[in-house]
Amino acid sequence: MAKTALKAGARFKSTVCDTQVMVVKAPAGEFELRCGGADMVGATAPAAAGGTLDPALSGETLIGKRYVNADESLELLCTKGGKGTLSLDGVALEIKQAKQLPSSD
Amino acid sequence: MNISTILDMAAEAFGDRIGVVSGGQRYTYAELREAAYRAARRFKASGAAYVALLDVNSPAAPVALFGAAYAGIPYVPLNYRLTQVEINKLLARVAPAVLVTSADFSGKLEQRADIQVIDRADFLSLPEGGDELPQPEEDPRAIAVQLFTSGTTGEPKAAILRHENLMSYIVGTVEFAAAEEDDAIIVTVPPYHIAGISAVLSSTYACRRMVQMENFEAAAWLEACRENSVSNAFLVPTMLQRIVDHLVEAGSQPQLPALRALAYGGGKMPLSTIAKAMQLFPTVDFTNAYGLTETSSTIAVLGPDDHRAAAASSDPAVQRRLASVGKPGAVEIEIRDESGKVLGAEEAGLVFVRGPQVSGEYLSLGSQLDADGWFPTKDRGYLDAEGYLFLDGRADDVIVRGGENISPGEIEDVLLGHPAVADVAVVAMPDEQWGEGVAAAVVLKSGASASVAELQELVKGKLRSSRVPQAIVFKDALPYNELGKVLRRIIRQEFV
Repeated sequence: MAKTALKAGARFKSTVCDTQVMVVKAPAGEFELRCGGADMVGATAPAAAGGTLDPALSGETLIGKRYVNADESLELLCTKGGKGTLSLDGVALEIKQAKQLPSSD
Repeated sequence: MNISTILDMAAEAFGDRIGVVSGGQRYTYAELREAAYRAARRFKASGAAYVALLDVNSPAAPVALFGAAYAGIPYVPLNYRLTQVEINKLLARVAPAVLVTSADFSGKLEQRADIQVIDRADFLSLPEGGDELPQPEEDPRAIAVQLFTSGTTGEPKAAILRHENLMSYIVGTVEFAAAEEDDAIIVTVPPYHIAGISAVLSSTYACRRMVQMENFEAAAWLEACRENSVSNAFLVPTMLQRIVDHLVEAGSQPQLPALRALAYGGGKMPLSTIAKAMQLFPTVDFTNAYGLTETSSTIAVLGPDDHRAAAASSDPAVQRRLASVGKPGAVEIEIRDESGKVLGAEEAGLVFVRGPQVSGEYLSLGSQLDADGWFPTKDRGYLDAEGYLFLDGRADDVIVRGGENISPGEIEDVLLGHPAVADVAVVAMPDEQWGEGVAAAVVLKSGASASVAELQELVKGKLRSSRVPQAIVFKDALPYNELGKVLRRIIRQEFV
């Protein structure tokens, strides 16, 4: 499986559903970022040939939600929702609990 | 990474929700995106290096901002209050450009082959022009917005905000779709100001309806808030002052049951104004937002709870926080002395800021960040023991008297404490003996009187003799720019 460096600001899309994400923060190094069991690709990459969504990994992504790993060293913003479950190196990502942001709007 | 993602997300999740209201015009988020797509196609076809806007608030401002982002071209909103000569000078600096403007301003323009002028009405009714969706390049370092600084000390500088700066600001400070269906924010800051840019981006990301006002006027603002059931507002201090004055003069209550949150920033808020405003709007959440153009807007926030705690407290250390700009938002802040040494709590110095939203960059001057990524705001201030930031004027405004640094702010605060004084600005004046001396321009309340000697005595008693203004002039009013910043350079001329 392909390992990718995850840089803040980079955008990825699922190859098996509509999910798109943007990296908010990420640890250094290379990781397997997947959605619905299939590797995610760069957001502007040409549409990949139809992979299939793993039914066991169809936990859905929701637009606007932030997804994190256990120690929250990785944070992804879902910019488009889809059917697949996001995972990093085989471990499913969780929705980050909303916290008070320093908003002035 | 590109700020057009913000509009994509709003249109995707809440396409049917009204995004912009301007007079009789309404745009849903889906319509706003469609208009931005059309604009992007037009911008791309033009071959322009910049998309410029010379206009008051209208739907054309968000359409041009997002349209430029979809097209991958920097957006430059210009200050329509500048003189004809100044405007044409700035246009020469952004050519070749597409310029969106309206009949009110097109008369000011010199004809140039490299500036393609589009009238606002035509711009908002562009033809479809194809099915292909404009795809911006994935370059987070691309320039999203370029804003000319007010240029109070010379030629305006071109501050650059990259997509990564603005996107970091939004993702770091706003929760997606945080607004309720009925929420609405009234936008009174002009489109060429950083607060005007951040209002569009924050509101779109929160999926909050924007109610645009062309020009601010207190009674019209109150009326517009009522008519549109406005829940959120942002004001510069002068605007809040005028609303307070208007309500006090009319002896009336605001009668804005929908208004929940009122944020302010863009200049120093007089304590008396915010205290009075909190009395007039007891149920409203007040937030003080401190930020700069070069930091993609807000970097510190004094929230509603801080306001209420300060107003209710008998502890002077808590009370005085009403005059603070709060705690750092999605950034780090530190205070340094002139030699660069980091200072501790309560020690006044220069304010430095670091974080992904901080661009700290000008077009020809380059990045102003130091090796560790800190940006010198050129504001003076200090942090208290709990990390609340207090500002103390611009570093450039400091008076250097015989080698001693004197901050105008502390003298102004003392003079404002005199019951006859309505407004005051303290500036440097040339002095043969000391290099610079202290001078003050004072506005007295109507019908009140105070002598020069009396005011000098007050400062001497509260501070010390080196702080006493050696010259005081009485004025009917102080000069302010349209966003409420006092123009010290004009006041300084009084004392030359």
